[in-house]
Amino acid sequence: MAGKALKRMVKLDVNGTCYERELEPRDLLVHVLRDELGLTGTHIGCDTSQCGACTVLVDGEAVKSCTMLAVQAEGCSVTTVEGLGKMGALHPIQEGFWEEHGLQCGFCTPGVMMAAVGLLAQYREPTEEQIREGLEGVMCRCTGYQNIVRAVANAAERIKATESAEIQAAVAHVGERS
Amino acid sequence: MGRLKPNSFAYYRPNSVASALQCLATQPDAKILAGGQSLVPAMNFRLSRPACLIDINGIEALAHVEVCADKVVLGALVHHQQIHEHPSIRQHFPVLAEAAGEIGHLAIRNRGTLGGSLVHADPASELPAAMVALRAVMEVAGVDGTRRIPAAEFFVGWMTTALDTGEMLVSVHVPLSSSSVYGFAEFARRPGDFAYVGAFVERAANESGAVTWFGVSDKPEYRPMSALPRDAAARQAEWQQLAAKLEVLDEPRMRRKLAVVLAERAYQKVEEAKIG
Ligand SMILES: Cc1cc2nc3c(=O)[nH]c(=O)nc-3n(C[C@H](O)[C@H](O)[C@H](O)COP(=O)(O)OP(=O)(O)OC[C@H]3O[C@@H](n4cnc5c(N)ncnc54)[C@H](O)[C@@H]3O)c2cc1C
Ligand code: FES
Ligand code: FES
Repeated sequence: MAGKALKRMVKLDVNGTCYERELEPRDLLVHVLRDELGLTGTHIGCDTSQCGACTVLVDGEAVKSCTMLAVQAEGCSVTTVEGLGKMGALHPIQEGFWEEHGLQCGFCTPGVMMAAVGLLAQYREPTEEQIREGLEGVMCRCTGYQNIVRAVANAAERIKATESAEIQAAVAHVGERS
Repeated sequence: MGRLKPNSFAYYRPNSVASALQCLATQPDAKILAGGQSLVPAMNFRLSRPACLIDINGIEALAHVEVCADKVVLGALVHHQQIHEHPSIRQHFPVLAEAAGEIGHLAIRNRGTLGGSLVHADPASELPAAMVALRAVMEVAGVDGTRRIPAAEFFVGWMTTALDTGEMLVSVHVPLSSSSVYGFAEFARRPGDFAYVGAFVERAANESGAVTWFGVSDKPEYRPMSALPRDAAARQAEWQQLAAKLEVLDEPRMRRKLAVVLAERAYQKVEEAKIG
């Protein structure tokens, strides 16, 4: 239980990579992600913890990284938009946004996608109402939200389809062996 | 560096209540950090500039929900979303689970804690009023030991509680009641915003009842009713009479009107709960 205002070494697990940085306790997680780790996909859209542009996953749960100290993330696993998928192997939520045109300027998009991933972890087959409720914490100034809601529904369908394909493949595999 | 928003502070992360209290007693101008959903935004604005933060998130013992024979004990670190989803809370205090689901939105509820909400004591927040309505008892600890404070005495005014310097909230004891049925309703401008006004209504087995309002004055307002009328007109008159006597913060006409409307909506939930 050491406490000092000075810098200290902090270990962070972000998108499966372990980083070690010298930080002050007052460093916000969002600033460390952007300025120290160069993960600028996480945006800052407000001063009041209201816009959700900075949403990331901490141990799988959506949180606002402007309202969490970086030192508090020590020992947790942090996922940012950079950790979702890669070109050629997009995450279902990214496919959904692509397919349904869930963005215009794109400023809110990383935060919205992270909030959506957190939501889909909680509700596997969300109703439209659950999607709308789950996205209350993120603001978009462009789209009017309609396509965002469709994009999230599309992602939920994709996840379900992938899962049932995987189950079928596993069943077939067991069948082959017996 | 331009990016730093809060003032600099010393940071401690104790793993027991005893060491947190020790820290609170020895560090000048120290504040407890729980979910950070009120404190960190306030520090970002430098409205709050503590010299030391005691992060209690590592204290395992504060993170539990325990169902006992006559009560449910909720640790100070139980998150809003946990309260919203916990099967035992849903079973015993559906109104508490429902109200917790109205706090902010998912990312706020994932981190915000019961203890933080109660000690922050924003007059527009759901949980302080819920605890008053459910006649919960706060367990607070200081270096000299613990004491218990009924919720109705815990909230003393505008963002002010009966907590003394050097004390922290450790848990909340919510008594089980088999005879009372509760309903809850609130009005917010947009979903996810703080409520303007909200109400909890209780119907006890002997036809008596109570209403607890929040967002009308500087703290939760509990009003027992020796008889909760079944007749709609009589009930309306009762709400109006009680609301007229509230010491309203501002916009008195609107808040009193909302108090009446929301008490009735909460009452309708009581009726639905009884049928369901
Ligand atoms: C966008 C937004 C919307 C919100 N909407 C709502 C809403 O609709 N309804 C609502 O009720 N709230 C709302 N909140 C506030 C939210 O509920 C907070 O989680 C809560 O008020 C504080 O809890 P916390 O755990 O985050 O506490 P913190 O922010 O960590 O602490 C708050 C205060 O309590 C003290 N404290 C915390 N825990 C303890 C303890 N165990 N013992 C002693 N002192 C303690 C701290 O020192 C600090 O002074 C909202 C917040 C945001 C950012
Ligand atoms: S930057 Fe707006 S909520 Fe974090
Ligand atoms: S796409 Fe521009 S803010 Fe959402």
